[in-house]
Amino acid sequence: MWVRCLAFAIALWLAGPLPARAFIAYVSNEKGNTVSVIDTDKWTVTKTIKVGQRPRGIEFTVDGKFVLVAVGDDDTIQMIDTATQEVADTLPSGPDPELFIQDKAGKILYVANENDNTVTLIDLEKRTRIGDVQVGVEPEGMAISPDGKLLINTSETTNMAHFIDTQTHQIVANVLVDSRPRFAEFKRDGSELWVSSEIGGTVSVIDPAKHVVTKKITFEIPGLRKEAIQPVGISITPDGKIAFVALGPANRVAVIDAATHQVEKYLLVGQRVWHMAFTPDGKYLLVTNGLSNDVSVIDVAALKVIKTVQVGELPWGITIAKQ
Amino acid sequence: MIRLLVGLVALIALATSALAADPVEVGIGYLRRAGIKQTLSLVEQPAENDGVAGARLAIEDNNTTGKFLNQHFTLQEVHLKQGEDASKAALALADRNIGFIIADLPADALLKAADAIRDRGVVLLNAAATDDRLREEDCRANVIHVAPTRSMLADALAQYLVWKQWKRWLMVVGSHPEDKLYADAIRRAAARFGAKIVQERVFEDTGGARRTDSGVSLIQRQMPVFTQQAPAYDVLVAADENEVFAPYLPFRTWDPRPVAGSAGLEPKSWDAAHDQWGAVQIQNRFVKLNSRHMTAVDMQAWTAVRMIGEAASHVNSGDRKALLDFIKGPDFSVAAFKGQGLSLRSWNLQLRQPILLADGRMVVSVSPQQGFLHQVSELDTLGVDRPETKCKLH
Repeated sequence: MWVRCLAFAIALWLAGPLPARAFIAYVSNEKGNTVSVIDTDKWTVTKTIKVGQRPRGIEFTVDGKFVLVAVGDDDTIQMIDTATQEVADTLPSGPDPELFIQDKAGKILYVANENDNTVTLIDLEKRTRIGDVQVGVEPEGMAISPDGKLLINTSETTNMAHFIDTQTHQIVANVLVDSRPRFAEFKRDGSELWVSSEIGGTVSVIDPAKHVVTKKITFEIPGLRKEAIQPVGISITPDGKIAFVALGPANRVAVIDAATHQVEKYLLVGQRVWHMAFTPDGKYLLVTNGLSNDVSVIDVAALKVIKTVQVGELPWGITIAKQ
Repeated sequence: MIRLLVGLVALIALATSALAADPVEVGIGYLRRAGIKQTLSLVEQPAENDGVAGARLAIEDNNTTGKFLNQHFTLQEVHLKQGEDASKAALALADRNIGFIIADLPADALLKAADAIRDRGVVLLNAAATDDRLREEDCRANVIHVAPTRSMLADALAQYLVWKQWKRWLMVVGSHPEDKLYADAIRRAAARFGAKIVQERVFEDTGGARRTDSGVSLIQRQMPVFTQQAPAYDVLVAADENEVFAPYLPFRTWDPRPVAGSAGLEPKSWDAAHDQWGAVQIQNRFVKLNSRHMTAVDMQAWTAVRMIGEAASHVNSGDRKALLDFIKGPDFSVAAFKGQGLSLRSWNLQLRQPILLADGRMVVSVSPQQGFLHQVSELDTLGVDRPETKCKLH
C-alpha cells in the first residue's frame, strides 16, 4: 500500500510542477440544455456549451479527449470535444439514457436506458452499439468493480442492484435494496458497494462477493421530515475513509465515516443536491444543486462548504479532470 | 478426478434445484364497474380500459422484477355488466384462490363485495371510490384505499388557494349526492385552512343532452347569468362530480375569476402532464403499452398492483398473509413518482399521497404546500387525520 502511495506521489510529482488546481469541471444543466464549464482555479464558469435535450449523466472519457453527456430526451449521448469545447459527435445509446460508465480501458461504455429496461453496451472506439443486457424496471445507477469484472446496475422501480458479469454479460446476482435506487459506487479497494435509495431514504452497503446487504445507513436531520431526506449521489474518497452522500431535497451532503458507516456530519449546500465529483487531487468535492442552479464546493480536509458557483438551469451531473 | 466428479454432481444438483423451483404465482383480481362515465369534454372521455390499463402495466413491471426473484404475477379481470352483483364476482375470484382484488367500484358495491369475501381472507384495494365514509364510519379491515378521498382532494386544493391568497370562494354545487359530498369536503377544507365561502349556489341537473349542435351559444348566455350578482370573491370553486356544468364555467363567469374544483384547477392523484420525479418514465411506458395517456384511475390501479409487487419482493413470498402484514406494517412504502414514498395510514388503511393540481394541460402545483406542517407526516395535512377518524378497524 505504502509503495503504491509512494509511486502515486512520484507520478504526481513527475506529472509536472504543481499548480495543482488546474482542473476543469463540466456540469450538465438538466433544464437549461447546456453544460457549464468551471475553472477550479478561479471558481468561475468559463464557457456554457449548448447540448441536446435534458442533459444528465456526464463523464470524461478515460483518455480525457471527450466529455460524454447523456441527453435523455434526444435518446443519445453526445461527445463534447474537450479541445474545442463543442459537441463533436453522438453515440448510439438506447432510448432515454441517463447514467453510464466506462470500463477502465475506456473501450466500452455501459449505458442505463430508463425507458427500455436495458443496459446498452457501446464500443467507444467504433462508436457503435455492441449489445444489450435486460435488467429491471427503470435502470439508472451504474458502477464497475475496481477489478473490472462486475458491472452494477440499479433499477428504480424493481429496487435492485443487478450484478452483471462484464465478460459474459449475464446477470449473476440481484440484491434487493430500498425504494428507488439511484446511484451505485464501489470503494476503491472493491470491498464494498454502496447503493443510494432515494425514496427509501437509505444507503445500502453491499458485500460484492457475497451479494448481501451488510449495513443500511440511515439519516436523521433535526427539523427535517424523513420524506425530505432522499439520498442520491455518492462519492467515496480514494483512501476509502470518508464517504459523501447527497441528500436531495434535504439540501445537505452527509459526511460518513466509511469504515464504521456512521454519519459524522451534515454539510448544508444548495437546494435539491444531486451528484458530485472530486477534483483529481482529492482536495475539493463539487456538488450540483438542482433547484438553486449552483454548484457548492466542499473543502474535503476541512469538511466545509467554501464556495458556491452559479451555473445553468437545474444542474444535475458533474465530472472533473485535469485541464 | 474425484474432485471433478464431486464438482459435476454439485453442478447437476444446482441445475435441478433451479429447474425444480416453480415460480411463486401471485394472482390479482380486478373488478370493474359497469358503464363508463360520461364527460362534457370530448377529450376527457375515459377510455374503455380506464383503470385496468394501469393495472396491466403494473403487472408487467412486477413481472420484470419477478423474473429476478422467481415470482410471477397475473391479472384476472372481471368486467361487471349493468346490474350484476359485485359481491358474487368477488366471491368467484376468491374461489379461484385470489388473495387481492383491485376494485373499481362505487361505494355501496365495494362494501358489499368486501363483506362477502371477508371470511375468505381476501383483501380489496379500492382504486376508484373517493368516499370518505369508506375510510371512516364504514371502514373495513379488508379494504385498502389507494384512491384519495374527497377530503384529501379538497384539502390539497384549499392549501394552494390559500397560499395564493385567493381566500374568498364562491361555491357552486351540483344537485347529485356526490356533489354534496364533495361540497362538504370543500367546506371542511375552507374552515381548516382559513378560506371563506362567501356564497353557495346550487346548479340543478335538469337533464338534457350533453352534446348538441348549437350548445355553445346557449351556454354562453347561461353561465354568466348564473354567476352574476355574487358577493366579492377571488375564485369560483365548483363541486360537480357528474360533469353537469363545471366544465362550462371557465371563461364564462360574470366576474372575471378563475375556476377550481371540478373544472379549471382540479386536484387529482395523477395527470397525463405530470413529469416530475421520474414520472416521464411511467408516462412513456404507459403510452407505449396502451396508446393513450394515463389517467388518475389508471395510476391508482397501477399503484395498487405495485403495492402487492413491492410487498412480494420484500417478503420474498406470495403468501397472502405475509404480503398483507408487510403492506400494513411500519416499513412499507411504495414509490409512485410523487417525490416521496407512499405509505398507509394505519388507522384506516388509506394510502398517504401528494395530490397534483392540474389545469388540463399542465400540473400547476403539488400539495401539501410548503408551510403546512404536521407532527407525523406532512401528507397527513391532507384528509381526515388520526385524531378525527371515526374508523374502528376490526
